[in-house]
Amino acid sequence: MGNTNNTPVLEVKNLKQYFTSGRGKNKITVKAVDDISFNIYKGETFGLVGESGCGKTTTGRSIIRLYDPTGGEVYFNGKLISGKLSKQQLREVTRGIQMIFQDPIASLNPRMTVKEIIGEGLKINNMCKSEDEMMEMIYDILETVGLTKEHAGRYPHEFSGGQRQRIGIARALIVKPDLVIADEPISALDVSIQAQILNLLNRLQKKLGLTILFIAHDLSVVKYFSDRIGVMYFGKLVECARSKDLYKNPLHPYTKSLLSAIPLPDPSYERNRKRIFYDPSVHNYGSEKPELREITPEHFVLCSKAEARQYREEIK
Amino acid sequence: MKNQEKILQVKDLYITFNTFSGKVHAVRGVNFDLYKGETLAIVGESGSGKSVTTKTIMGILAKNANKESGQILYKDDDLMKYTEKNYNMIRGTEISMIFQDPMSSLDPVMKIGKQITETLRLKYGVSKQEAKEKAIGLMKAVGIPEAEKRYNQYPFQFSGGMRQRIVIAIALACDPEILICDEPTTALDVTIQAQILELIKDMQKNRDLSVIFITHDLGVVANVADRIAVMYAGKIVEYGTTDEIFYNPKHPYTWSLLASMPDMDTDDKDELFAIAGAPPNMVHPPKGDAFAARNKYAMRIDFEKQPPMYKVSDTHYAATWLLHPDAPKVEMPKILKKRIERQKRRAGEK
Repeated sequence: MGNTNNTPVLEVKNLKQYFTSGRGKNKITVKAVDDISFNIYKGETFGLVGESGCGKTTTGRSIIRLYDPTGGEVYFNGKLISGKLSKQQLREVTRGIQMIFQDPIASLNPRMTVKEIIGEGLKINNMCKSEDEMMEMIYDILETVGLTKEHAGRYPHEFSGGQRQRIGIARALIVKPDLVIADEPISALDVSIQAQILNLLNRLQKKLGLTILFIAHDLSVVKYFSDRIGVMYFGKLVECARSKDLYKNPLHPYTKSLLSAIPLPDPSYERNRKRIFYDPSVHNYGSEKPELREITPEHFVLCSKAEARQYREEIK
Repeated sequence: MKNQEKILQVKDLYITFNTFSGKVHAVRGVNFDLYKGETLAIVGESGSGKSVTTKTIMGILAKNANKESGQILYKDDDLMKYTEKNYNMIRGTEISMIFQDPMSSLDPVMKIGKQITETLRLKYGVSKQEAKEKAIGLMKAVGIPEAEKRYNQYPFQFSGGMRQRIVIAIALACDPEILICDEPTTALDVTIQAQILELIKDMQKNRDLSVIFITHDLGVVANVADRIAVMYAGKIVEYGTTDEIFYNPKHPYTWSLLASMPDMDTDDKDELFAIAGAPPNMVHPPKGDAFAARNKYAMRIDFEKQPPMYKVSDTHYAATWLLHPDAPKVEMPKILKKRIERQKRRAGEK
C-alpha cells in the first residue's frame, strides 16, 4: 500500500486544465485544475476528495483524455499519454484506463442491451476471437459483479439503480484495465445499495488486483475505501497522505475544516462537534509560491517554507 | 419530551397512488406525534414513503393520490378533510416546507425580494414598504450579506447555499409553527451543509419551531434530531429518541442502515454490512414484515404476519418480531456493535 518501490501505474505531473469562456475583454479563464501532481501505484486505491467545483472530476476526465489538458504531463505505465497520440497508442490508453461514472442511468445507452454495452469494449479492442467467446466473457463478468446470465439480453431501463451501476462496473472491467477511475460511483445510489457497491468494488479490487482512482466528496467513504487520499481545493491539491494519517493528523487548514464539517452517525459526537472554518487569507504567499512539501513520510501539504516548519512542529 | 404539547398528530395514515402498473401503496398506516419545539427526523431510503407523508401534511399530493384513511390533527382540526381553500389559510403561515433542490424551488425570473415578500403581502396584506423591511430583516437573519443589494437580485446570482438560505427565509416569512425540511442539504456540499444545518437549528431555537426533518443521511440526523422515526416500505418500523436509535437500535432494518455506511473509524479490512436485494415493489406490498426478504434475521412469522409495535421504553418503539418474548435472542451485527461500543467509550471520555 503506497509502496514506493513499485513503478507508478499513473503519474500526473503539473497537470493543468483551464477552461475559457467569452471573448476579448469578457474572456474569463477558469482554472479548474491548477498544477497538480500525484502518483498512483499498482494495486492501490487513491482517493480524491473535495467540494463540488474543486476540480476532482475534471482531473479524472483530463487523465482519461476526455479533455485536452492545458499543461502538464500524464504518464501511464511509464508512457506519456497527454499530448498527441497515434491511433494505436490511444487505443491502448482507452483500454488500459476505464471509467465508472456517477449516474448509472445517464451512462448506459438506453437503446443497447446489456451484452452490447459490455461487449462493445471487447469488440473495439479485438479481445475475443468469436461471438461465443465474447458471450462467455460477458457471462463471466456479469457473474463477477453479481448479476446473472439472464440479464445479458435486457435493456438498462429494466434494472434498478444498483444493478445499473453493476453493469457500469462490468463494462469497465471486461477489458482488463490497469487503472479504473471511479467518479462518485455510489453517490447517486440509495443508502442501502451504496454498501453493496462498495463491498463489490472492494472484493473486485482484492480479487483482480485493480488500481483505482476513487473520486468522491464523502470523506468517510473515501477514508474507508482508499489507501491514500488527495484533498483538492479550488483546483489545487492541498494535502496528500495515507488515509489514516490524513484522518489522524490533518495539517492543512482546509482539510481540518472539511473533516470538521462531516456529520457522523454518532449523536454524542455531533453534540460536541466544533466546526473549524477555513479562511484562505491565513496563508501568506506574497513572496514565495506554496509547494507540496513532505512533512512526514508520504504526507504532503501545500505550504510555504515557514508553514512547513510550523506543521512539523504541530505533528511532533 | 414528556408533558409537552403535541402540535401535530398523524394517525393511521394510508396513501396510495394510481399508476399504470397498478395501485402503489406508498404509505401504509403511519402514526406519529410531533411535539412543540422538537425536531423529528424521518429516515428511510427513497420510496419508503417519507416524502409522501409530509406532502400529505402540506396538502400537496399529486393528483393520482388517494387518501385511503387516517387523520392529521393540527390544532383540533383534521387536515385530511381540508379543502384547497382551507389549506391556503395554513400553508406558509402555520406549516411551511423547504425542499431539496434550492434551484428548482425558486422562480428563476422573479427577483429574490419579491419571492420573499409574496407570502407576506398575500397572507397578511402588509404594505410594500413594510414587507420589504421584514424581508431584508429575514435575509439578514438567515445570513445573507448585503441584504439590501441582494434584495433586487435574481436566483441565478446566488450560490447553492445562498439559495437554500433564501428558501429558508421564504419558508419562515410568515412565522409558521411547523417547518418541514425535505432533504434540505442533500444537494449541497459538506461545508455548506454544515452551515445550513446550523442555520435551521438557530432558527428553530429562536422561533420555537417544530421541525420535521426528512433525510437519508444518518450523520445529518445525529446532528439535528431530537427524535427519529425510521421508515421502510411505507411504515414506521422503529422510533425513539436520537440516542435510543443510535445506541440501542432494535429493528434489523435500523441495524442494517447504521451498519451499511462506513464511519471514520471503520477499518478498511471490515466488510460493510450490505443489505441484500432491493426494496419491495409497493404495487404488491409484502404480506408480513416488508423487510423480511432482505433480513437475514427473518423468522417464518416475518413472512406471514406484520409485527406490532413493541415497546422498548416510554419513548422507544420498534415493529419487529424479534422483540416478541418467545423470539430467539439475536445480536445486532458485529460491525455495528463494535462501533457503538467505540462511540460510547469516546462519549465517556469526554
